[in-house]
Amino acid sequence: MSLSRSDVEGIAHLARLAIDEADIPVYAGHLSDILEFVARMNEVDTEGVSPMAHPLDASQRLRPDEVTEHDQREHFQAIAPAVEAGLYLVPKVIE
Amino acid sequence: MHRQSLAEQSRALRAREISSVELTELHLARIAGVGAPLNAFVTVAAERALADARQADEALAAGCGGALTGVPIVHKDIFCTEGVRTSCGSRMLDNFIAPYDATVVARLKQAGAIMLGKTNMDEFAMGSSNETSWYGPVRNPWAADAVPGGSSGGSAAAVAARLCAGATGTDTGGSIRQPAALCGITGLKPTYGRVSRYGMIAFASSLDQAGPMTRSAEDAALMLNAMAGFDPRDSTSVDEPVPDYAAGLNADLTGLRIGLPREYFDPGLSPEVAALVEKAIDELRTLGAETVEISLANSALAVPTYYVVAPAECSSNLSRYDGVRFGYRCEEPRDLEDLYKRSRGEGFGAEVKRRIMIGTYALSAGYYDAYYLKAQRMRRLISDDFRQAFERVDIIAGPTPPTAAFGIGEKADDPITMYLSDIYTIAANLAGLPGLSIPCGLVEDKPAGLQLIGNYFTEGRLLNVAHRYQQVSDWHTRTPPGFE
Repeated sequence: MSLSRSDVEGIAHLARLAIDEADIPVYAGHLSDILEFVARMNEVDTEGVSPMAHPLDASQRLRPDEVTEHDQREHFQAIAPAVEAGLYLVPKVIE
Repeated sequence: MHRQSLAEQSRALRAREISSVELTELHLARIAGVGAPLNAFVTVAAERALADARQADEALAAGCGGALTGVPIVHKDIFCTEGVRTSCGSRMLDNFIAPYDATVVARLKQAGAIMLGKTNMDEFAMGSSNETSWYGPVRNPWAADAVPGGSSGGSAAAVAARLCAGATGTDTGGSIRQPAALCGITGLKPTYGRVSRYGMIAFASSLDQAGPMTRSAEDAALMLNAMAGFDPRDSTSVDEPVPDYAAGLNADLTGLRIGLPREYFDPGLSPEVAALVEKAIDELRTLGAETVEISLANSALAVPTYYVVAPAECSSNLSRYDGVRFGYRCEEPRDLEDLYKRSRGEGFGAEVKRRIMIGTYALSAGYYDAYYLKAQRMRRLISDDFRQAFERVDIIAGPTPPTAAFGIGEKADDPITMYLSDIYTIAANLAGLPGLSIPCGLVEDKPAGLQLIGNYFTEGRLLNVAHRYQQVSDWHTRTPPGFE
């Protein structure tokens, strides 16, 4: 499995990661090595094996639909990069 | 007093031979003095520790102290601590002050333990050497040019250098056991779901588990007593009763069946480590255990399987870091997409970006079946190997990492070689089983680790076997030169 420059650019875009131009070949090399390494899984036939999502095969626990959170807006916004009047600020998204 | 184990410090505190304030000051002085070159800490919380110690002394004076009251410990910087920065070893969270305590932190606080500070770690727990930290590598107390292991490298180094009585760590693929082995301490990864993940910054949620890192199995039992238990705030927490892990430490080992997986004594294992592990197993035989050769046939594929499952879950978990509500934000974003991309690109280091990209790729349309689904099927086979083994044996023994500590920089440019440092530890995470590492000797003055893996919820048995071994060996009492 060998990833091209444009593959890496595509994956970085999907993951919303800015990658320096100069680093793309290094990522392409490392990511290709890792994909080749994980492809060793194909040595084993897993036809009919049930996929394991949880180590104890537990299912998601349900809880009563009760309000347990209280309003901590100020507390949470104290660590935000930019807020104003209780709102989180981001660059303009609608022209 | 820093030479004493956590259990001994606890006894001294309750006997009023030393106060918690004195014990806390002593350890804070070691952190700032002899410990400083190790770079084991991201944050030292001296004032808060002393205030908590004063409260602990009041409780002790009133005769209502427990096993951990007034005992100085440290937390891996992955556990959220209200009011004290939680960086997760990342530039992304360099300015992050959590608005709440992780359950592990709250429970240990409730038990009276004093938090001295937060320890350095591989960024977002992704690494086996502590070199991926935004705050620079931690040095191994046994050899300044060697890594302490990772990702809980700061916690391991702090315990080994006697900068604290005990520490917390987390283990997704070996991140408690491997650094414990490389620093010559005891580290336990409990059964998946035994300890709450609430407030523990997520890396790979179906694998992550918190545990104690200490000098001895007895100390680990005391910490686990406080850490373990059901937590309604963690949806994967298991509602099983918590035994007193200290109660069974001295149980007899006669008739204990130990499985030795032939795949764990492969040519990749250094002959020096193999000899020490075999010697430790001999010691367990002398204590009455029987050994049986077993096979974990798919174990060679545990690392490849892990490097699909863990990055896939990481890419999903780390999508929350968007530069909007908390954490790092890039300068002067042009638009929202630029804000996301540059905040993440600048906030994350190279290894984290690699894993996010592998995970994104493995989960992307058209590749899901070939990677993620395949890995989940492999995970079942790996887990079945253990299930079959535990029909014949009580515990499994082998090496923790295949070598003693390697040099700083030695594997930093080669991800796959680094990943293989966890070759014997990763399978237990995939299966969700408890595993423990204890020191079993020195290779050229650097520690080697013996790993014990148990069936689900047999932490007590693992600690019992480790404790009995530590009663007849002294590797766990050895202190790195310069830190006596």
